[in-house]
Amino acid sequence: MAKLILSLDGQVIKEYDINKERMTIGRKPHNDIQIDNLAVSGEHAMIMTILNDSFLEDLGSTNGTMVNGQPVKKHFLQGDDVVEIGKYKLKYVNEKAGGMSQQEFEKTMVLKTPPVETAKAKAATDTNVSDTKPDMQANPQAAVVAQAAMKADAAAEQPAVGGKPQEDATNPLAGAAGDLGGTIQILSGPNAGRELPLSKPLTTLGKPGIQVAVIAKRPQGYFITHVEGTNFPVVNGKPLDAQAQKLQDHDIIELAGVKMEFFLKS
Amino acid sequence: MNLRNSLEMATATHTGMVRSHNEDSVNVETDIGLAVLADGMGGYNAGEVASGIATALIATETREALTRLSPHDVDQESGEMVAFGLLNDVVTKANESIYQSANSQPQYAGMGTTLVVGLFCDNKVTVAHIGDSRCYRLRDNRLEQITRDHSLLQEQIDSGLLTKEAARRSQNKNLVTRALGIEPSVIPEIHVHEAKPGDLYLMCSDGLNDMVDDEDIELTVSSLSSNLPLAATQLVQMANDAGGRDNISVVLVKIKRDFPAGNGWVSKVRSWFV
Repeated sequence: MAKLILSLDGQVIKEYDINKERMTIGRKPHNDIQIDNLAVSGEHAMIMTILNDSFLEDLGSTNGTMVNGQPVKKHFLQGDDVVEIGKYKLKYVNEKAGGMSQQEFEKTMVLKTPPVETAKAKAATDTNVSDTKPDMQANPQAAVVAQAAMKADAAAEQPAVGGKPQEDATNPLAGAAGDLGGTIQILSGPNAGRELPLSKPLTTLGKPGIQVAVIAKRPQGYFITHVEGTNFPVVNGKPLDAQAQKLQDHDIIELAGVKMEFFLKS
Repeated sequence: MNLRNSLEMATATHTGMVRSHNEDSVNVETDIGLAVLADGMGGYNAGEVASGIATALIATETREALTRLSPHDVDQESGEMVAFGLLNDVVTKANESIYQSANSQPQYAGMGTTLVVGLFCDNKVTVAHIGDSRCYRLRDNRLEQITRDHSLLQEQIDSGLLTKEAARRSQNKNLVTRALGIEPSVIPEIHVHEAKPGDLYLMCSDGLNDMVDDEDIELTVSSLSSNLPLAATQLVQMANDAGGRDNISVVLVKIKRDFPAGNGWVSKVRSWFV
């Protein structure tokens, strides 16, 4: 479950579990998170939570709300975001659903709304963030999950891959091969001497309709594969087969009558 | 009418790097212009049972229906193409079949599946979908998603709560608002699109589009469109390189040439010569 850690000048004051759809932050005592300080407005901000995602919204406070040093009106909270209200800091920590493994959690589930209410729920989401509250509250409970079955299923599987943040997984091409700077230099023909950086995940070489090969940039390195044409590309004098071949620094490629060299730029 | 001369199809499906088994299921029948992809859910092996029922049943039922009906005709009652009602019927049957299995056999309780189906006929493609399995179209080297997910995330995007970029970081990716086999009846979303020679259609389970950006999918299908099997395996590989957190399935359909539905004997005679 996600939580907020309230601190002042580096001293932790209190931890708050985000256990409600809507939690308010403000100076007045009725707020879920009360910060009794004159720099804080009576109703300063609120955090709306839909299942595992939380959104921070400034409620028109006098002195504003900052996240990671930037003033915000509305913000989709990410793990380790720091919300600043006056001199107080609230750190947002999202430890994905306590007890449940990441895997189990990621399994596709059906959010079941009774047929009659579907239209209503939709209308509510369509209108306003804060208005969605009643429907959203009903949804998590109504979510149809073959709980028992899923648990057993997940237990049989290997543990989830670490606690990697989502971004890592979605953009791995930025790492690994990305830093190696694989490049093709044309050695023969009219374009001899030209360099072609292999910066994209895929780079095609050759003449469409005659002979085409593709070089894929992968975390493990660069791989060349034949795409079309009766002739297969030749690497260091040996023709490729249908399989991808990993390129080594200074490999010589011959393709559609043109010689080129693959090398890694540091 | 056999569509093998006009369409080329390729598929790939993979368990991914994290899951222990593959709950996705794909089925293509090039001659009748049908492509089906399903992403099952539910405990033990129930997910793949649900997706397997969906793809197998839709293929056999569609093949059977095409012996009785001309999909390109316009239905007098609804004013829609016959293909529209045909897909609606076969999807309804698949839903009933999965729902009944789930309710009669305890080990299958709660199983369900997402679904995307494309039926090609008369220079058109009729696409039916349920849940978050997608269909994209590559035309003039631009990739466009032609289905809209039935998911919580999509509803949040539609309502303006999330931007598309923020949605990639959401932790609610796995919640679909519609699925096959969960309730006694289901309404598939069905649309008819013009299909042109050169078009490439990609159907995929969320194991692909959650791991690989649309931009990279576009780059892959556009640069490898001359070799569909390679394009399909390349997409799977990219999803796995990115972590492969879910099963990954892709179906690629390329329109090689026009496929107008001739009426009666003209098309039959023509089909002997091509």
